[in-house]
Amino acid sequence: MSDNLVLEAKSVSKFFGTITALQNVDLHLNKGEVLGVVGDNGAGKSTLMKVLSGLYKPSEGSLFFDKEKVTLNSPRDSQNLGLEMVYQDLALAGNLPIGDNIFLGREPTRKVGPFNFLDHKKRKQLTEEHLAKLKINVKSADQKVEELSGGQRQAVAIARATAFNAKIVLMDEPTAALAVKEVGKVLDLILNLKKLGVSVIVISHRMDDIFTVCDRVMALFQGTNFAESELKNTSRDEVIGWIMGKKD
Amino acid sequence: MDHGEKRLMDKNQESLFVRLIPFFERYGILLLILIMIAVLHLLQPDVFLSWRNVTNVFKQVSWQSMLALGVFMVIVTAGIDLSVGSIIMLSLMGLAIASKAGMPWYVVMLVAPAIGFLCGMFNGIGITLLRMPHPFIMTLGTLYIFRGIGNLISGGVPITGFAEQIRVIGNGKIKLDAFFGEGAREYIPTSLILMIVIFFIFWIFLNHTRIGKWIYAIGGNPGAARAAGINVDRILIVVYTLCGFLAGIGGLILAGRTNSAYPNAGLQSELDAIAAVIIGGASFFGGRGTVLGVFAGVMIMGILRNGLNLMNVSVFWQQVLIGSIIILAVYIDVLRRQLATRT
Repeated sequence: MSDNLVLEAKSVSKFFGTITALQNVDLHLNKGEVLGVVGDNGAGKSTLMKVLSGLYKPSEGSLFFDKEKVTLNSPRDSQNLGLEMVYQDLALAGNLPIGDNIFLGREPTRKVGPFNFLDHKKRKQLTEEHLAKLKINVKSADQKVEELSGGQRQAVAIARATAFNAKIVLMDEPTAALAVKEVGKVLDLILNLKKLGVSVIVISHRMDDIFTVCDRVMALFQGTNFAESELKNTSRDEVIGWIMGKKD
Repeated sequence: MDHGEKRLMDKNQESLFVRLIPFFERYGILLLILIMIAVLHLLQPDVFLSWRNVTNVFKQVSWQSMLALGVFMVIVTAGIDLSVGSIIMLSLMGLAIASKAGMPWYVVMLVAPAIGFLCGMFNGIGITLLRMPHPFIMTLGTLYIFRGIGNLISGGVPITGFAEQIRVIGNGKIKLDAFFGEGAREYIPTSLILMIVIFFIFWIFLNHTRIGKWIYAIGGNPGAARAAGINVDRILIVVYTLCGFLAGIGGLILAGRTNSAYPNAGLQSELDAIAAVIIGGASFFGGRGTVLGVFAGVMIMGILRNGLNLMNVSVFWQQVLIGSIIILAVYIDVLRRQLATRT
């Protein structure tokens, strides 16, 4: 099992002034594994994700990517190591087409003399290939994101996160803002990523999400590791108890 | 019913009118220009479409279009630049002083765009590094500052008389003897060519380069642009600098056209520029609009003013009409968006 370790956090703490957001938190993630992270509001889930993605620097503790100790100075660093974050507010530009959003900041270009111009053809082709690989259905890669449903937007955000062969994807409440019928599609997409060998960390309040896609679940409580279990060895009621700080 | 089936049904239900919407969205404004031209031609058959009048319109809009193009880019980022009218005046004054100081014409020619560039950069740095709450405030401040400096360096009086090489940019004529015979009166204004070239360059810039794409992305969702690793502040500085640079080019064209630098140059022209951009279909909330739309917006303002002048409509009525058209154009845009997002 531990041969497959792709990401590990060892006794990570994060302080904001006098507030302790995380205290000696451990986390590990294997290749192709979906890990659910649960906890009440303020339990430190989002802070932990931000530490893993390099947005926050941990006050104490260390991070390991592929068993190598790393220091992340910005999300760019974690991206370069193959970790992508799907933000809760989606971080898409509604006025731009799907393809432009997926490749925003990393647009394929072609050189004409001394100038670099956008390669519209290549972007469209790469977008269509990538959407097909993830089995995401949209009318056209040129459709503007603002014309999409919430579930489709989430799918585009995930497609964006995985367009550059990400090995690890972090998702913060990927189904929170979705209509019921769209939740299933996003969960299918997560299972699809798993099949493609991508490791996923999902933060969610919804037990349905956790028990549909996760292999393992860990609970944070007041900024500390509270409980952790393979999914098959636990139950919804038990996990809900963990969120509220109750353990048998 | 699965997804594909539903989509098929939707498509069949779409009326011809609905299917024409994207066409109007893209070319409706050009249609409006054609209608304006047709109406004015019917009202003033001898004058309006005469070579002299058409070139006159182009000469008039050429310097204004530089302001509109710059302000357009700023508006795409969901910002605003109120200072372009003052930048044009300051760059014009700088040019005049350089000219009076006896500098060679090629240096004089560079002075106006260079001043515009620096003014724009000053705006951009103020908005980003000084963390001004809104570009409105920074550029409102520089609207006063730049015009004030312009009057300080010139003593508040007009300066006239520039070298022929400067005048040719705003007032030059490219003779068309080859087409109309020796000594023909038909010509193409140099400023028209310059305007087309600059619009083409900026069309390429905005649609076919990464920075152009990022400018639209920042207008759509600055948070998304930041999350994508785009240095939003740096791009904003580029945008405001280019806006100032274009205003400087506008100053250069105006210098040639009027052969004079005067304290009221470009007064309120920032508002005309904003109006042209909005009429051209750009959204004040950022992320939306095209270079072609700006060109169309500038032409509509220019044709309207020219037409009303030809018909001897008073300046006061012109103000009322232009204001109404701004409101009407935006209202049509509101209706259009309602139709486009209907479900």
